Amino acid sequence: MTSPEPIIEVSDIGKRYGNIIALADVSTSVRPGEVTCVLGDNGAGKSTFIKILAGAHEHSDGRLVVDGVDRRFSSPREALALGIATVYQDLAVVPLMPVWRNFFLGSEPTKGWGPLRRMDVGFMKRTTKSELSAMGIDLRDVDQPIGTLSGGERQCVAIARAVYFGARVLILDEPTAALGVKQSGVVLRYIARARDRGLGVVFITHNPHHAYPVGDRFMLLRRGRSMGDFPKSEITLQELTARMAGGSELEALSHELAAELGSDSELAKTLESEVKGLRT
Amino acid sequence: MAAPADTAPAATAPSDERVAGGSVVSKVLKRPEVGALAAAIAVFVFFAVTTDTFATSSGASTWLRSASTIGIMAVAVALLMIGGEFDLSAGAMTGFTGLAVGVMTTEWGLNIWAAMLVALVLALAIGFLNGLLVMRTGLPSFIVTLGTFFVLQGIDLAAVKAIIGQVAIQGMTNVPFYGQPHALFGSNVTVVGGRVYASVFWWILVTAVATWVLLKTRVGNWIFAVGGAQTSARQVGVPVARTKIGLFMTSAGAGWLVGMLLLFTTSTVQSNTGVGQEFIYIICAVVGGCLLTGGYGSAVGAALGALIYGMTNQGIVYAGWDNNWLKAFLGVMLLGAVLLNEAVRRRAERSR
Repeated sequence: MTSPEPIIEVSDIGKRYGNIIALADVSTSVRPGEVTCVLGDNGAGKSTFIKILAGAHEHSDGRLVVDGVDRRFSSPREALALGIATVYQDLAVVPLMPVWRNFFLGSEPTKGWGPLRRMDVGFMKRTTKSELSAMGIDLRDVDQPIGTLSGGERQCVAIARAVYFGARVLILDEPTAALGVKQSGVVLRYIARARDRGLGVVFITHNPHHAYPVGDRFMLLRRGRSMGDFPKSEITLQELTARMAGGSELEALSHELAAELGSDSELAKTLESEVKGLRT
Repeated sequence: MAAPADTAPAATAPSDERVAGGSVVSKVLKRPEVGALAAAIAVFVFFAVTTDTFATSSGASTWLRSASTIGIMAVAVALLMIGGEFDLSAGAMTGFTGLAVGVMTTEWGLNIWAAMLVALVLALAIGFLNGLLVMRTGLPSFIVTLGTFFVLQGIDLAAVKAIIGQVAIQGMTNVPFYGQPHALFGSNVTVVGGRVYASVFWWILVTAVATWVLLKTRVGNWIFAVGGAQTSARQVGVPVARTKIGLFMTSAGAGWLVGMLLLFTTSTVQSNTGVGQEFIYIICAVVGGCLLTGGYGSAVGAALGALIYGMTNQGIVYAGWDNNWLKAFLGVMLLGAVLLNEAVRRRAERSR
């Protein structure tokens, strides 16, 4: 498979806060229709890295190239204007409000004028439904409060919203961190769906088992430094896991995963076989 | 009632075969004002059966008038509560604006329309200040507006007594052009033998406009959002401060409207007018389905809450009971409504 031109290319990027080096020598790329996974344990520099991409922090070293042009973001708005959207962990949804109101919150389309200017409710409901079904979520009723959706579905609404409002690159900050195995599988499917729609996805996670099935490229961070940037063809899940965690941690991880099994989802089956592979 | 009509826009969305028969009923049952509607019907039937005058047109005229001024405030307070804030100064505001117009016209000889405009500007400025203080300091609006409430109460008593030497406005009817605003705010028309006061029409108008804003406009979307999850709302670009300050100004503006209605219906206002009513407004809003935590509620519900209040207020008189039972009844209604609302909220927020 020949890769298209990258939307984002970072080379030797770094961030210093005074004399503290939070991130150094990180290089990777994000291409349309590909998922770039950023893997690392807590404190590895994942948040610093996405904040640079999202425009929340300016980088202090290296280059950030978007569409072939050198960039330096001083606000999230600039990143957004280039189609780089970030879905944070809290998702920015209002639980008690219906799905369709949440979908358009802050950017409601209107019709009519003067005192009769009103939201185009019919358009909003139709669009919410069609955008969500394009992402593979088939809601019975877009009028239900978004709080009644599962965590995975809510994540997906946030993703669909970013896509609808013009995102070309989606940055997902630990979307599976708070979810169980089954819900994580749901979110991973939507990540794949977004990728298939031609978006570049930056998927931040500390779980190689979540990253490997959907990722095209893996960038590992440890203690603020890049441990390498690999296309999927050059690395196996075992290698990925081994690079991320040391021996005893690996043992604990496999126990933890074994305890999580029992669900009949695709992901669980994949995990099961991978864990067996790890043990042998 | 208006409740079922509010759910109508769903008809334009493509229908789903899984949402079949019975969905209209279940949708209506999910509306926040359903409990208040059922209670209003129950109260009406109860007093209509147990008393002779309640269901007559003159009886209805009395309880509608009683409900109307409370109802206007309850609707404005409900909007604010949906936006996640309280306004305890709303009651004192009705007295303040009425007194301001009374003092400016009877004592200082200001043109009556000019005096009303000045009172409106004062009210909106106080509402703006309430909102600004809440947004800038991050203090609970309960405390900020409690402060405003006491300030207004003090002004209503001390300043009015210092200026006109008494605590009630007199001689309003002698003010030039009194008839013009009186026609707009204080007159009544006879409908099937009963007087319907201007305040009742204002009440219906305010409820209709508030419902329209809440359900159909961007601002309505923002009101639900700032009350439901302020941080999330800010993240997606909702102007949180502007929305909330606007809501405080709305409740102050409603206070002005009710102040005018009281002044021109009775041609007098006392220094203690409106004091103690602020909790009645909140009770009406809660009975109408508003959550104390914000993000959920309805204007029609608050109007129905006020209707229940008005009917009970007069029904107890017609039934010949001690009027103080009203307070006990309100307390029971409030507790029942809060429990019901909490159950609704839990159901709405529950993840599958």
